[in-house]
Amino acid sequence: MRTIGYIIRKEFIQIFRNRSMLPIIFVMPVIQLIILANAATLDLKRIDMVVVDEDMSQSSRSLVSKFNGSPFYKIEAAFLSVKEAEAAMHKGKAGVILHIPQDFERDLLKENKAKIQLMVDAINGMAAGLINAYSSAIIADFNKEVISDLVTIPIPDGLNKSINTIPYYWYNPQLSYKNFMVPGILGVLITMIGMFLACMNLVREKEIGTIEQINVTPIHKFHFIAGKLIPFWILALAELAFGLAVGKLLFNIPFLGNIPLLFGFAALYLLVILGFGLFISTFADTQQQAMFIAWFIAMVFIMMSGLFTSVENMPDWAQILNKINPIAYFMRVIRMIILKGSGIKDIINEVVILSGYFVVIINLAIWRYKKTT
Amino acid sequence: MDAIVAEKITKQFKETVALKEVSFQVRAHELFGFIGPDGAGKTTLFRLIASLMLPNSGSLKVLGLDPVTEFKALRKKLGYMPGRFSLYQDLTVEENLDFYATIFGTTIEENYDLIKDIYSHIEPFKTRPAGKLSGGMKQKLALSCALIHKPELLILDEPTTGVDAVSRKEFWQMLKNLQKQGITVVVSTPYMDEAALCDRVALIQKGSLLSVDTPENIINSFKTELYGLRSVDMYNLLIQLKAYAFCENAHLFGQYIHASFKGELNRNDLLNYLKTKGIEDVEITGIKPGIEDCFMQLMVSNETLETV
Repeated sequence: MRTIGYIIRKEFIQIFRNRSMLPIIFVMPVIQLIILANAATLDLKRIDMVVVDEDMSQSSRSLVSKFNGSPFYKIEAAFLSVKEAEAAMHKGKAGVILHIPQDFERDLLKENKAKIQLMVDAINGMAAGLINAYSSAIIADFNKEVISDLVTIPIPDGLNKSINTIPYYWYNPQLSYKNFMVPGILGVLITMIGMFLACMNLVREKEIGTIEQINVTPIHKFHFIAGKLIPFWILALAELAFGLAVGKLLFNIPFLGNIPLLFGFAALYLLVILGFGLFISTFADTQQQAMFIAWFIAMVFIMMSGLFTSVENMPDWAQILNKINPIAYFMRVIRMIILKGSGIKDIINEVVILSGYFVVIINLAIWRYKKTT
Repeated sequence: MDAIVAEKITKQFKETVALKEVSFQVRAHELFGFIGPDGAGKTTLFRLIASLMLPNSGSLKVLGLDPVTEFKALRKKLGYMPGRFSLYQDLTVEENLDFYATIFGTTIEENYDLIKDIYSHIEPFKTRPAGKLSGGMKQKLALSCALIHKPELLILDEPTTGVDAVSRKEFWQMLKNLQKQGITVVVSTPYMDEAALCDRVALIQKGSLLSVDTPENIINSFKTELYGLRSVDMYNLLIQLKAYAFCENAHLFGQYIHASFKGELNRNDLLNYLKTKGIEDVEITGIKPGIEDCFMQLMVSNETLETV
């Protein structure tokens, strides 16, 4: 035990002496939270619309003003031909084109139905879907008014009643994307420290040759590895605490759950991640190689984990793949605990799976480590 | 008891044979040197002794222990200084020493006597990061760290490579002192002038030992007469000597060309020969062979053996 304690002390001396590392460890969460939580948002705030009104009637103008009245739409320009409007979209000046054909009002009065055309710039598929949904809602609204204007025969009371839904969004009532992102970014941060720093630290001993001198000492492999991994375990948990404080102070993220439970789960999760770091380190002789392998694995895991997009929306094979993605479990649980206030009973499944994961990865890593040294 | 007994050790890396059936003994309390050019297999041999590598075949006993199966017990009694500086460059001199003392389960104070002579040179810089020390001081620190647990056997892989002449001399004096304190010292070096400082030396080339003996005996075994030749145009002289029918061996050593000849040297014949080649200002003196001459001779005969 004394040896482990001494190696941990040595590692901390080295970490704190490294002038580039320590500031980054504490500046990174602040910068990432500020930039990512603010920039990576899926809220649609402004839709640039151009209008081609070939009808120029009262009805068409009323439809356009309906769009104009919505806080999301900004009518950028009105064109006389669809060609001009398409050119504007091509230049990126319009996100959506509203095309009202010539006989819009006449058709509406005579035949009780009329056609309009919406053209949406769908380079960003997600945004296009939202624009389509918003626009449809506005047109439906317009439709209802038109019916009540045109139909002069009094409608029986029962028929006029429509079902009105007022949604209430649980766990994130304002649909704030920040509340969703901040816990996710914290997950990424501690993963980086656990996987990258620990892995690089192990490989560094090989790269600069210090392992040669260590190997001739009577030190146990287990003591050496534990002594090298524990500092990063502590550091990552400290980073989580720091990041949570920043999230609370800067974004006022609601924290409904139990803090010891979150840290307990993070501690377990970090054991898995450190196991990964150790495993990767056995494949690399230089920090450059280690960085490359770790980056590859972390990139796939993070992108699949549900950091930006919901795991439930992924195809089945991706969801199956996510069963071996430790980051996905952590993303789910950290959001559950912070935003939902989930207790131990709600996350017991994830606890069991990650515990099993830890046993597997650490044995794999130790087996590889023995084989290579 | 012998400190190291090696019998027919072979080590192979894929196709490359690094050591070919190497056998030797290092006696207890001896200062033993392995001399040989780069790539001769010195580092591989040392790594085998230090239990960092397993031999393909042959038997090896270090301090009576088998480095393959009893490495745990062996590592407590062994001090190893790798050829490459292997201490933590970002830790200070004192922190490095303290670290190695702790993982060997001892303290600096406990064995301070042993390292005092060496450590006192670098103690004024004990708060300096190891990476910022000069080459000679780095070696002294590495030696201190290798000694901190009072090993019975100390193996040093090319400790003086890249160290200035004064520090080299100092370093060898330290090794002599350690030997006096009862530590067996095994050292490798590419510098042949350092061979004379060892009790016994092994000449190693291409994975084979050419000769294991005291430096005196190795020199005495040099049977042929040796001559030193000098001229203004040394390069031309060397070429012409090698082309001379009675020349056995010719090598450039500093200011002289050392040459040996088949049978008795006929000076007039040689001078006449060189005159025809346009070299007139030749100076010939008989010289006492050094260890380098012996090594060159052994190397050449080893190579001819191989080609046969």
